[in-house]
Parts: sequence; C-alpha cells; structure tokens
Amino acid sequence: MIHALLAILLCQLAGEATVRALGLPLPGPVLGMVLMVLALRLSHRLMALVTPLARGLLANMSLLFVPAGVGVVGHAAILGAQGGPLFLALLGSTVLAIAVGALTFAAVARLTGNRDD
Amino acid sequence: MTDFAEIWSYLSRGPLLWLTATLATYAIGDACARWANRAPLVNPVLIAVALLAPLLWLTGTPYATYFEGAQFVHFLLGPVTISLALPLCENLPRIRRAALPMLAALVAGSVTSAVSVLAIAKAFGLGPDLLATLAPKAATAPVAIGISERLGGSPTLTAVMVLITGAIGAVVATPLLNLLRLKDWRARGFSVGVAAHGIGTARALQVNSTAGAFAGLGMALNAVLTALIAPLILRLFL
Repeated sequence: MIHALLAILLCQLAGEATVRALGLPLPGPVLGMVLMVLALRLSHRLMALVTPLARGLLANMSLLFVPAGVGVVGHAAILGAQGGPLFLALLGSTVLAIAVGALTFAAVARLTGNRDD
Repeated sequence: MTDFAEIWSYLSRGPLLWLTATLATYAIGDACARWANRAPLVNPVLIAVALLAPLLWLTGTPYATYFEGAQFVHFLLGPVTISLALPLCENLPRIRRAALPMLAALVAGSVTSAVSVLAIAKAFGLGPDLLATLAPKAATAPVAIGISERLGGSPTLTAVMVLITGAIGAVVATPLLNLLRLKDWRARGFSVGVAAHGIGTARALQVNSTAGAFAGLGMALNAVLTALIAPLILRLFL
C-alpha cells in the first residue's frame, strides 16, 4: 500500500511542480492524472500495484467533499440574504448543462455513427 | 474525575475530534443512502454537511478549528484525482473512439453552464462580484477557486457554490437523464462530469463504471476549458 500511495503522490507532486513552473491554467492533480495514465499504459506492474488503493479511494470519493462543504457555515449571512437567487441560478444552469451536454453527446455520436460496444 | 468542560477543551484543540466527526457523519449519511437504495436525493455529502454545520454552530467551533481535523480528508482530493487515471486507462479505447462526441458535449455543456448561471443570476439582479463568484462554478473546486480569485470574486464563496452545484448535479442527473431517455452511459457520465465535477463523478461511479470513467474525463477536461472561457463569458454580463 505504501508503494501505491507513493506512486500516486509522486504523480501529484510532478503535476503540481510542472503546473507551477510553466504557469499552466489547470490544477496540478489534473496534470498528475494525465501523467498517471501514461505511466499505467507503460507498466502493467504499476497497474497491479496501484489498482487496490485507487479503487478504495474512488469508492469513497464523496467523503472527500465533506470538509469543503462544511465551509458553508462561513457564508451564512450572504446565503441568508441572496440564497434564493443563488440556488435557483445554480439549479437552472446545472440542469441545463447536463441536458445540453448529454443530448449533444448523443446527437454527435449518432451523426458520426459512433456506437458504444 | 476530570469534568466534561476540561475534556472538551482538550479535545476541541486537537484534530482528532473533528476528523472523527467528519467520518462519523459521513458514515451515517452513507448508511442512509444505502438504506434508501441510493436514491439520488439521499446524498451522503449533503447529510454529513447538514449534520456537521449545526454541530459546529452549537459548539461555537470556528471553521478553521474544524478544518484542522478535516484537512486529512480534504487532502485526499488530490490523490483521488490521480486515481481517476485507473478508470480512464481501463476505458481508453472507448474514450478514443468517442473523441468527437466528447469534444462537442464538452464545449456545449461548459458554455451552457457558464452562460446560464450568469444569465439567471443577472436576471435576479445579483452584483458583479457575485457574478464573478458564480462564473467558474462548474469546474472542480481547486480550479474554480483560482479562477474566481483572478476574476475578482470571493474564492471561499465560490467553493461553496461549486459544492452546491455538485450536489445538485448528483441529485438531478439520474431522473433528468431518464426523462430525456438517454441510455448511452458515455453521454450520461460525461455530461455529469462536465456540469457537476467531482461530486457528480462520485455519483456516476456509484451508478455505472462506464459513466464514472467518462464523468472523470468530463470533469478534467472542463477544469481546463472553464479556466479558458469563464473570463470571456463573464465579460459579456458585466
């Protein structure tokens, strides 16, 4: 498990360092994920090593958003005053974005004869 | 015997208490979700936050004190993002074949998200600082916070907006996509990842592994695209 964690942290560290060094407009872990994809493609041993830990983390991904979510307590004043409009804006745009994104995907897949099998 | 106040003052200073509380409330939330057969509205994150927020308020605990304990959980957001490489790798051939629909859905979903949130907020008369706070809300939290800072919004309020967006996405995705009669798990997962980042992806992973892989990809791609287009779209509304 230590080696799996080490491999994951090394990818994250490389991602963070590269993003800072080059001033890229994306988060370090996202670049780290790309690096991990490349590494997993190169080595089946790494894949076998990382899989159990990665699966465990992914299975509990929701938990990791709780600490940031509790940050809601610091904004009680503005959420009390403007909470309604803010919530409706988030609700409306999220529903629209999911619908438009999914319908676009399906339409372009149909047009280009792209089927999943 | 040491009295309660003394034990409390000792525990409330260290990270142990609030780390335990974070895991315990999430365990309760997850038990509720399992008991409700993973019905979308019974979201473990929402339940945990709904239990913790009043607990902090009742005990007069500042968020910074809470976060000292919770940071160990928060830190794992980085490693879990790296872990998304695994479902991506396993689905790489299918992802490569779906490049065109994905690109179209990414642009459509990302632009729709930013334009509609700003249009609705402006219609309600919200000011420019709140618009800047809302513009990057579909991106994953660390990216959204960075964008909000650059645009002159409130980074911590953006983090809250990002979380509410994710929770809304996790709750509405299944009924909404069923209503639209979309059966392609790639389309379903990808659009949820674009619109509702990690919380949407976590939900997609629970529903279907293909949807989860495409959601993770949608989240990653939209993190990059939002950083590029949010400033441009915001300018249209100021």
